[in-house]
Amino acid sequence: MAKMKALVCRECGKEYPTTAIHVCELCFGPLEVKYNYDEIKKTISRKKIEAGPHSMWRYHDLLPVEGAVDHAIIGPHAGFTPMVRTKNLGAYLGLDELYIKNDTVNHPTLSFKDRVVSVALTRARELGFDTVACASTGNLANSVAAHAAAAGMQCYVFIPGDLEAAKVLGNLIYRPNVVEVEGNYDDVNRLCSEIAGEHRWAFVNINIRPYYAEGSKTLAFETVEQLGWRAPDQAVIPMASGSLLTKIKKGLHEMQALGLVDNVRTKINGAQAEGCSPIATAYKEGRDFFRPVKPKTIAKSLAIGNPADGYYALKATAETGGAMDMVSDEEVVEGIKLLAQTEGIFAETAGGVTIGVLQKLVKQGHIKKTDVTVAYITGNGLKTQEAVVDAVGRPVRIQPSLVNFQQTFKMGKHGQGDA
Amino acid sequence: MPSLRFHIRFPENKIKEPVIYQIGHEYKVVTNVRRADVRETSGWMDVELTGEIDEIERAVVGLRGKGVLVDPIELNVVE
Repeated sequence: MAKMKALVCRECGKEYPTTAIHVCELCFGPLEVKYNYDEIKKTISRKKIEAGPHSMWRYHDLLPVEGAVDHAIIGPHAGFTPMVRTKNLGAYLGLDELYIKNDTVNHPTLSFKDRVVSVALTRARELGFDTVACASTGNLANSVAAHAAAAGMQCYVFIPGDLEAAKVLGNLIYRPNVVEVEGNYDDVNRLCSEIAGEHRWAFVNINIRPYYAEGSKTLAFETVEQLGWRAPDQAVIPMASGSLLTKIKKGLHEMQALGLVDNVRTKINGAQAEGCSPIATAYKEGRDFFRPVKPKTIAKSLAIGNPADGYYALKATAETGGAMDMVSDEEVVEGIKLLAQTEGIFAETAGGVTIGVLQKLVKQGHIKKTDVTVAYITGNGLKTQEAVVDAVGRPVRIQPSLVNFQQTFKMGKHGQGDA
Repeated sequence: MPSLRFHIRFPENKIKEPVIYQIGHEYKVVTNVRRADVRETSGWMDVELTGEIDEIERAVVGLRGKGVLVDPIELNVVE
């Protein structure tokens, strides 16, 4: 029996075949993958996972693709990124056991998007698509274009016409078709939705979204395995659409249901930037629904003003006793610097959001000293250097002479300080 | 005939207005509400509009002109 049972509506529960659809025909609710856990349970084990490839595909049994591990996978090296037990940052924040799940070094495009895109394109090809597409201003476009190039698939990336060209130049190296739409984000949203309905293309975050989103679960799987088969007490997760947060929760609970980990009591916490915080604001105001906003933040990779999974993220946090908070752009930059200067990890702006909110949750007493805590750092700082360029100081300029060097750094002849 | 699906959000001052009824009369589109949550201070509907594409697009402009927010059913897909 296949491990995927059906696509199921998250609202009304109606089931559909596992094809390229994403919206319930009955109530228009979003669809997600339903698995045959009884079947999966017969074969999955810690031992089998540990013997798998050194990538997120070691959790193949819990991913929505049908092909075997060793062929047909697009993006076979994605995931299984380092879980760093912090020394300095944990001590600075007063936490005994703080870990950084470091997707700044994810393969091939240095963000967690490589996980979801790897699943999406693998599934898209299984479903017979030869053209993939996305609407993106950054990390997603990068990852789709890179994976499509490696897989020999046609690729279209849609961007708003008012976006600075520099943001997408990095994609052109992979030779996708970059389409500038004359209009703003709303116009691109609407057009892409229409194109996805009209053409037989795999739009990774539209008609392939039920599969695409499942790739995020691998962050939860890796967390459990890398912590020695235990779930953390606290997870701090950046939120854009909110999907990542809901899927980390789903992943943790799948592992428990399959007997791979006991006692999952992880509090799922969400982080946003103040300039685009529809979900965290709803949480703070005690609402179960969010109000869309026009994003205005340096954390561009989280700038989704009308998040598709916002409602579900609020629900996941509430169900687990987690919390949400937001940080200013200044705090984002401070968060990036703090992580870099304590742990040597250079995160993009979303990482600054996560670290900033982590600090707040510790100060508020929501995260306690002894809590095993994991902060999810989802992208590499080299992608958003402009955010910190004015905040990191300048190089020290000296003459090319030993004396000048020693004087500048107030050193004696043998390197000792004079003071 | 083509159909497109939209998520429509009503600000507080528009909740009592029969916007969907009006759109069905002003444009050659069939409106079909599939899911909704309307409260005292906010409300949303998931709606299907069926008609010629040009007419659906005109209806969307018309809806926006009435002060309601119109998004594709997927909400934001630019990531």
